[in-house]
Amino acid sequence: MSFAFFLIQLLNGMQYGLLLFLVASGLTLIFGIMGIINLAHGSFYMVGAYLAWSLAGMTGSLTAAILIGIPLTVVLGMFLEWLLMRRLYGRDHLYQVLLTYGLILVFEEMRSILWGDDVYGVKVPDLLNHSIALTENLSYPVYRLGISAVCLLLAAGLYFLIKHTRLGMMIRAGASNREMAQSLGINIKLVYTLVFALGVALAAFAGMINAPVSSVYPGMGAQVLIICFVIVVIGGIGSVKGAMAASIMIGMADTFGQILVPEVAGMIVYLLMAVVLVWRPEGLFGRI
Amino acid sequence: MRALRLAELLLLLLFALLALFPLIDSTFYTQLITKVMIMAIFAMSLDLLVGYTGLVSFGHAAYFGLSGYVLALVAPQYEAVSLWWSLPAAMLVCALFALITGILVLRTKGIYFIMVTLAFAQMVFFVFHDTKFGGGSDGIYIYAKPTLVIAGFQVLNLEKLNQLFYLVLIIMAAVYLLLRRILGSTFGRALLGIKENEHRMRALGFPTFGYKLSSYVLSGALGGLAGYLAAVQYGFVNPEILSWHQSGAVLMMVIMGGMGTLYGPVVGAFAFVLLQEVLSDQGFLGPVAKHWQLAMGIFVILVALYLPQGLAGLLRRRKAEASDGSSDA
Amino acid sequence: MLPTALANAQSAKLRVGLMLPYTGTFAQLGTGVTNGFKLAVAEHGGKFGGREVEYFVVDDESNPGNAPANANKLIQRDKVDVLIGSVHSGVSLGIAKVVRETGTLWIVPVSLANELTGPLCAPNIFRASFSSWQTDFPLGKVLMQRGHKKVVHITWNYVTGQENLAGFKEGYEKEGGKIIKELFVPFPQVEFQALLTEIASIKPDAVVAWFAGAGSAKFLKDYQASGLKGKIPLFGSGYLTDGILDAVGNAAEGVETTFPYADDLDIKKDKAFRLAYVKMFKMQPDTAAMLGYDTAQLYAAGVNAVKGDVANKVAMIKAMETAKIDSPRGQWTMSKSHNPVQDVYLRKVVGNENKVVSVASKALADPAQGCKA
Repeated sequence: MSFAFFLIQLLNGMQYGLLLFLVASGLTLIFGIMGIINLAHGSFYMVGAYLAWSLAGMTGSLTAAILIGIPLTVVLGMFLEWLLMRRLYGRDHLYQVLLTYGLILVFEEMRSILWGDDVYGVKVPDLLNHSIALTENLSYPVYRLGISAVCLLLAAGLYFLIKHTRLGMMIRAGASNREMAQSLGINIKLVYTLVFALGVALAAFAGMINAPVSSVYPGMGAQVLIICFVIVVIGGIGSVKGAMAASIMIGMADTFGQILVPEVAGMIVYLLMAVVLVWRPEGLFGRI
Repeated sequence: MRALRLAELLLLLLFALLALFPLIDSTFYTQLITKVMIMAIFAMSLDLLVGYTGLVSFGHAAYFGLSGYVLALVAPQYEAVSLWWSLPAAMLVCALFALITGILVLRTKGIYFIMVTLAFAQMVFFVFHDTKFGGGSDGIYIYAKPTLVIAGFQVLNLEKLNQLFYLVLIIMAAVYLLLRRILGSTFGRALLGIKENEHRMRALGFPTFGYKLSSYVLSGALGGLAGYLAAVQYGFVNPEILSWHQSGAVLMMVIMGGMGTLYGPVVGAFAFVLLQEVLSDQGFLGPVAKHWQLAMGIFVILVALYLPQGLAGLLRRRKAEASDGSSDA
Repeated sequence: MLPTALANAQSAKLRVGLMLPYTGTFAQLGTGVTNGFKLAVAEHGGKFGGREVEYFVVDDESNPGNAPANANKLIQRDKVDVLIGSVHSGVSLGIAKVVRETGTLWIVPVSLANELTGPLCAPNIFRASFSSWQTDFPLGKVLMQRGHKKVVHITWNYVTGQENLAGFKEGYEKEGGKIIKELFVPFPQVEFQALLTEIASIKPDAVVAWFAGAGSAKFLKDYQASGLKGKIPLFGSGYLTDGILDAVGNAAEGVETTFPYADDLDIKKDKAFRLAYVKMFKMQPDTAAMLGYDTAQLYAAGVNAVKGDVANKVAMIKAMETAKIDSPRGQWTMSKSHNPVQDVYLRKVVGNENKVVSVASKALADPAQGCKA
């Protein structure tokens, strides 16, 4: 591997890592900050992708699809929190596991009924449909660099929201002690509804923005689900910084794993997780 | 006390009903119930961790699959392997795997524990999926079912469906009794104590790590027992039985049935498998059955919302009413 | 006059078991096979050998772990006369285990696994589709004719991927070609960037790929996005460009594949099939639908020959072995190991169609390695 190609692989790893962060960002909120074990995260991602496909088909523009789709998914999130999730806060976390497992089945079947079982494609917006030449035969699509930029913005936004805003303060207070936060006059119910909805919308947004690259297909939710949990856990629960570090780590491990040790490329992510957690049982940036 | 007796009575009744089941003489349903009982054993083994030790494993399929692969790999192609040594060997491999990984994973807690157990299970999955020695992603056959010979006399012929059925039934009952015995002992009470408050138990002088590790190893070995029986039943193992879907399914059986009771996982296994059978049966429900996932999903959600102790809670609630509403501990 | 038992057998319905994926990633294929099968039945007036066809349907969820249990349900409980299934190779291997013990007539409508009509071959086991080997073997010759002497092969790291690699390698090396690098992506991951960069640094004469479904769609798009398209020609076995052309825009344009079916075949039967399919289901047929259609035709050939007396297995199997299937993909016959002997076309993607370039291999039979029947 020449040095130029080594640099390109670094870029690949970085870009893949940022994409993983984007997909996991909603889970960082719902699971990392609120402490709800949400197995339906992948389903929300899938809903986003299918919304992007069908709305872009109707409006003719991915941007319009995203602008219409996000409010829809926020409403979906608020509805689900109001109807289902809030009934489980006082109970063993495993009932959240059970409930969100049920949600996966429901979403998967609804997807099949509403949108069918075909593979669909979403077009890259014309404005970003270019590429930058890297070597004589290799180039980099601008749209993917755009995704990376969105990820970085999103990461900064999330970090700011949690550390430096009133809502963030309320979320953190609610996550560490519900009763206490409530007695301090924080409308914890509303905060939870909002944050859950935001998490759902983030997952869906990831699905939308990634749809032109990944295509839209049945089972796409299950494919991202586990990797998202891996990222949040390696990074340490409750840490946006950790999730970012974990995403890049996994992006790099996967990229270089496929080239350098293809025999074990499939398990490299899990090997990494096992090593990290045995070494630091609370994740990289976890609260001890 | 009365409540306890009711549950036991129902279990005895279930056992008797199951024992009579093969008399119906339906090959398919005998096989189906055999499969469900194997899943019940698997779910009970997981409940020892989830419900009694407070350790939620999301990698229990590793033991189920590992043991099946041990059988597939030690069985010669054209003759039957002896159950006498292949079953203990499979369970021993599982116990060893549990011992080694247990030392590592038990350093973590809560959600971290969930994920690190998943990590080890996924590694086993990829070993069998990506390499050829166990047939790769296509899986591998076990051509002849293991034999059970005592003093030159064949005691059991597992090719016969009914004999396999009774073997599994007896093993299920035995596992139930064994776990009940263990959980009723000082060891079991210590596990429950660790589940409630590990710090206190440690302060009281209990070597909690050793207790947890023992529970983890026992659970793995019993999970291996279930996996061995499953491999015997169909003579086919595939990496899918090692996958996180399988770990997830058994976890759902335990939660849906009711954690922390031994009959809960049994109820959960029966409900989980049989319900899917009914809901996806087009002969029975017509074209609606095509959407079985929707019905199954709604059912699971309703259980999560309205049965805080799982399906076993139905039994328990009625028990509470029977004993004049006095709350049981 | 006929004996009464035979008369009874003929008046009862013919029990057809469909064990296919109706949920999950392969659901589209399950539906296609089912529709194709039903179309053929409808064209026979709803009857094979004078007996009305009745369906017993099981969703196999593409889960090999449940495959033997699902096969048992159709065989033991529903007592089907024939079992049709499945798509996922692991599921079909699970079925094979069961039908080799029960002797039930089984027709594989889609699965590629070479083994099914190789080491596992048996009198009651038929395949109506094709093996992995058949779709890849002819590709080697095509590449050498174009002067591509050094190629990189890329696929998923699982058995079907490895089988496709092996089939290609055999045909390619026989012609003197050399695979300079074999690349594997963990299954079912669809992140290709690292390996595409690797390909760019190797600079082979051409790239040969085996993926399917959403994996194909992603690979084709990534190949274009990375700028390799147009610089290094891309080839593959048919599933690389099958069923996903509408989803990938112009990313597949010009990609050439070998496959026993194509979109613009000049075959009367194919035109009639497509017309009838659209009329019955209000959508275009896909490869799976064609395979379902042929599966039914193969079965019909057997049942019709014994006039519905399916208990007469020897005669029925004999008829299926010697049948000449008038298929939308062109006429085919059965090999000794019960796998179709068929033409494999070289196709090129033009617009959203796989157009025939030439016949890459005429009447190609799978070598059926390990089949002792």
